[in-house]
Amino acid sequence: MSTGDSSTPIGKAGGLGSAREGGEHWLTERVTSIALLLLGTWFIASILLLPKLDPATFLEWLRAPSGAIPMALLVVVGFKHALDGMKVFIDDYVHEPGANFVINTLLLFLAVAGGAISLYALAVLSFGAAS
Amino acid sequence: MIVSILHRATGIALSIAGLAVITWWLMALAHGPEAYATFEKASHSWIGLVVLIGLTWSFFQHLLSGIRHLVMDTGAGFELGVNKTFAILTIVGSVILTALLWAWLLGVRP
Repeated sequence: MSTGDSSTPIGKAGGLGSAREGGEHWLTERVTSIALLLLGTWFIASILLLPKLDPATFLEWLRAPSGAIPMALLVVVGFKHALDGMKVFIDDYVHEPGANFVINTLLLFLAVAGGAISLYALAVLSFGAAS
Repeated sequence: MIVSILHRATGIALSIAGLAVITWWLMALAHGPEAYATFEKASHSWIGLVVLIGLTWSFFQHLLSGIRHLVMDTGAGFELGVNKTFAILTIVGSVILTALLWAWLLGVRP
């Protein structure tokens, strides 16, 4: 703020309207959090109820649709929620537009790659492709 | 304040380490016994166990403080006493749930 400018930050922002974005991001973060509340509880409960924690038991669990489908949802919604959360964190601390764009884009690529790898692995478990 | 910082810290831990472990675990299962043995060697080492227990606690802490945030998003729970109690309960809850889960996995389970 230059000297002689008596307006407060809120006074400057007043009347400018919203940034026209962010609302959707905010809501998506909450909707995915509710989905993860259910999927996360399912995951923990499943681990607790499995008779053994060995590869054969895991395979049997994740090969069946009752395991494969919630697990696929968990990784997809998990990576989406992680990406949305990391963006909030990055936007709070990295203000330089170039660096902000680079980091957010990198995180987007990582999240999409991670989701694709997990879904590929689940597909291999269910349909038994290359191994 | 502390719970709010913990929400971020645990969120970042879950985003990076949590999802990396799940992805590695799924890929190891998909790739057969040898790949899984490598994963198991890491996850059964004491460092692996510390990471897994840390991630479990992060999950419960993030989940409980996430519920707290959802309640506060509705405009409820801002009274000082209520707010503080709820915040402390997220930590107490996450520690208890983590302890119970690992007690079951490492000992009690038949």
